[in-house]
Amino acid sequence: MTKLPAWIDILLIPFINLIIALFLSALVVLYIGENPLDALSIMIKGAIGSSYGWGYTLYYATNFIFTGLAVSVAFHARMFNIGGEGQAMLGGLGVALVCLMVPWPHWIVALPVAVIGGALFGAAWAAIPAYLQAKRGSHIVITTIMFNFMASALLVYLLVNVLKVPGSMAPETARFAEGARLPTGHDMLGWVGIKFSKSPPVNISFFVALASCFAIWFLIWRTKLGYEIRAFGHSESAAKYAGISPVKIIMIAVLISGALSGLMGINSVMGESERLVLDSVQGAGFIGIAVALMGRSHPFGVFLAAILFGILYQGGAELAMWTKIPRELIVVIQALVILLTGALDNMIRMPIERLYFKMVRAGA
Amino acid sequence: MQKSEEERSVEIAPAIKLTNISKNFGPVQANKNISLSVKVGTIHGIVGENGAGKSTLMSILYGFYKADSGEIFVGGNKTIIPDSQAAISAGIGMVFQHFKLVENFSVLENVILGAEDGPLLKQSLAKARVQLTNLSKEYELDVDPDAIIENMSVGLQQRVEILKALYREANILILDEPTGVLTPSEANHLFRILKGLRDQGKTIILITHKLREIMDATDTVSVMRSGEMTATLKTAKTSPEELAELMVGRKVLLNISKKESKIGDIALEVKNLRVTDEKGVLRVKGITFDVKEGEILGIAGVAGNGQSELLEALGGFRKSQGSVSVYGHSLNLENPSGQEIRDLSIAHVPEDRQRLGLIMEFSAWENIGFGYQHEQEYSSPWGLMNNKKMRQDADDKMGRFDVRPTDSKLKARNFSGGNQQKLVLAREIERNPDILLIGQPTRGVDIGAIEFIHNEIIKLRDEGKAIVLVSVELDEILSLTDRVSVMFDGNLIGNKITAETNAMELGLLMGGEIS
Repeated sequence: MTKLPAWIDILLIPFINLIIALFLSALVVLYIGENPLDALSIMIKGAIGSSYGWGYTLYYATNFIFTGLAVSVAFHARMFNIGGEGQAMLGGLGVALVCLMVPWPHWIVALPVAVIGGALFGAAWAAIPAYLQAKRGSHIVITTIMFNFMASALLVYLLVNVLKVPGSMAPETARFAEGARLPTGHDMLGWVGIKFSKSPPVNISFFVALASCFAIWFLIWRTKLGYEIRAFGHSESAAKYAGISPVKIIMIAVLISGALSGLMGINSVMGESERLVLDSVQGAGFIGIAVALMGRSHPFGVFLAAILFGILYQGGAELAMWTKIPRELIVVIQALVILLTGALDNMIRMPIERLYFKMVRAGA
Repeated sequence: MQKSEEERSVEIAPAIKLTNISKNFGPVQANKNISLSVKVGTIHGIVGENGAGKSTLMSILYGFYKADSGEIFVGGNKTIIPDSQAAISAGIGMVFQHFKLVENFSVLENVILGAEDGPLLKQSLAKARVQLTNLSKEYELDVDPDAIIENMSVGLQQRVEILKALYREANILILDEPTGVLTPSEANHLFRILKGLRDQGKTIILITHKLREIMDATDTVSVMRSGEMTATLKTAKTSPEELAELMVGRKVLLNISKKESKIGDIALEVKNLRVTDEKGVLRVKGITFDVKEGEILGIAGVAGNGQSELLEALGGFRKSQGSVSVYGHSLNLENPSGQEIRDLSIAHVPEDRQRLGLIMEFSAWENIGFGYQHEQEYSSPWGLMNNKKMRQDADDKMGRFDVRPTDSKLKARNFSGGNQQKLVLAREIERNPDILLIGQPTRGVDIGAIEFIHNEIIKLRDEGKAIVLVSVELDEILSLTDRVSVMFDGNLIGNKITAETNAMELGLLMGGEIS
């Protein structure tokens, strides 16, 4: 045996990382002058203690699944796409255009087209960094960061000068018509007779996100393209030896990544605000990096990590409401998780590995 | 009689004595209870297959690793060696397989590096110059102290490494696979130097996997197998066959038999091929050759003379100029592709199996289809992988090639070097290619597996396939190939019929001497 069992690798180690992150955050809470245990209980109750809390938690989680999957797919090709933020903004634009330009009769028709619109716009925004990386070797981290700023500027321009409702003060589009509004958690559970809070924005996009998880799992582990993406990600030289074109793999992987980020628009733009507003992404593109790291780039891991971050987000909002702990504490926890799972992974992994093998030897 | 010999050895404490050294890496036991005693003034060989634990043991002795248990005695005194500085002050010097020299420094500067007497170099340099001259004279280690390393041959660079150790007053010199990069005549020269050092009272530990070197150069030899010291013998009282058996744990045939080859049509024709590397250096300088069906063409030469680039160009990995035709079909050399090569039924077993031939993080079964994922047996036209078929194939092929462990779910990383090579060979040879390009087929491969790999290559030849074999092992070239060319400085020199040449002649050609 030279390998840790999967449950240690994908459950225990991230869990320990999370506990350490929470412990360090608890020190900050103590410093602020609040009781960490009370804070934790407010967070958890606020996030999953009511259908209201769940509604928000799952709404956030939906965003994070899309952006987390986006980062994961690129990771498999060893591409670090940190342009999720910009790609999601453009995806939102694509979704908004689809919703505004056609008088949709029903959301069932509007949703698939909006999915295509969001994915296309997100992918298009990733296309130039992908091309520059594949053909010119310009580092994708640099170019995607720059494209985040450009996306933000572009959106301001469009919302202020082009898409704004004439006469309105707000830099946002008109509200989408009835036929382009998605059913919420309240609506959907109402169909089966379950009561669910009316206000939270969780909507049918959550299931699109779940379907995306499955689709990406299938792509990566069941298709030839996924095989080639993984091969390229593990060893570019070996991929070249096997006749796999680096340009093709980089382009495709990053385009899929951009498309997934863009898909977030159906949740935030079509599902929640029902119009395009300036800050519709709210940092979810960056949280996708933490989600992908913590989920070890596996769709199921991404799903779990996204739910966890959804809890942290919704819990953090509650925390800010009921205590003097600022909402930014969540950013601290998030940063600690990235630090522990990304940069300091071996700090936890090595001792656990040693302990595990010692136990295996003692057992044998 | 025997008693008196023991008594005598008690009088002079052994140069190195190790007792019950053990070392684990995670679940792997690299060294198990190793005890070893090396007499002063001898050349002591340590042989063993890859992964037998030789390097780990020497790394413990040189302070790179800390043993989990056991003791080290140097000159009879118990010594703790936490780092290489401690090893040096105990009088141990090490010459690594990959030299640790500053390329653009002179010999003198390299020798004093890390052993300067103070912040100003002038004095140290003057002192070193005197000492270096003395050392050179004493041990016949002729080296110009002002020569710049990057302008020196590999053999001379190795002497600088030895001088570095001697300058630090090493009495015990450890050499790790010292002949890997040397021509045969350079290797012989090295052994003369080592014998000279021994006669002056130095103790030398020689780590190698080449049995011939052990027989030629050592006084005593210790054999390691899977982390254990299996035997220590007087070299004069043993034979290569016995050593091989001790290394592998079973009888090994060192020589292979092959039939007369049946030569057919020209399969591969290379004309005026030039290959430029990433740095823009011309590594293959316009070479021309052909390979016919049913023959093995050997490309011999010291590593780094352009053979790797040649093989990679033929394998579609590297851009090149000139012309290469396969049964009359010209390859696209401007935009090479590994896929084009495979479509023409050319199989390529690369020199560097870990970097090129395998995806180390993939399981064995995923690697069995690697490069052939487009074939309809492995994927549907819509791009779905047929993982089941690949797993079945992997089990079959791994069985036929005796890849161990037989678990196809294990990652390539978890196989030994020899078994990784068998994985690549199983993948490439089992497809029954028309042309096989194969580089360093047995590098880092256990003796037991070498025999098997050689037989597989011969079998393919006997089926009328054309084979290009690049190897730095002269013995391998001589026993496998039908024709042999030597690559020197990017050119092919001396096209010989293998049966009509010998190691001596090829050795001279490898050094660039055209008779």
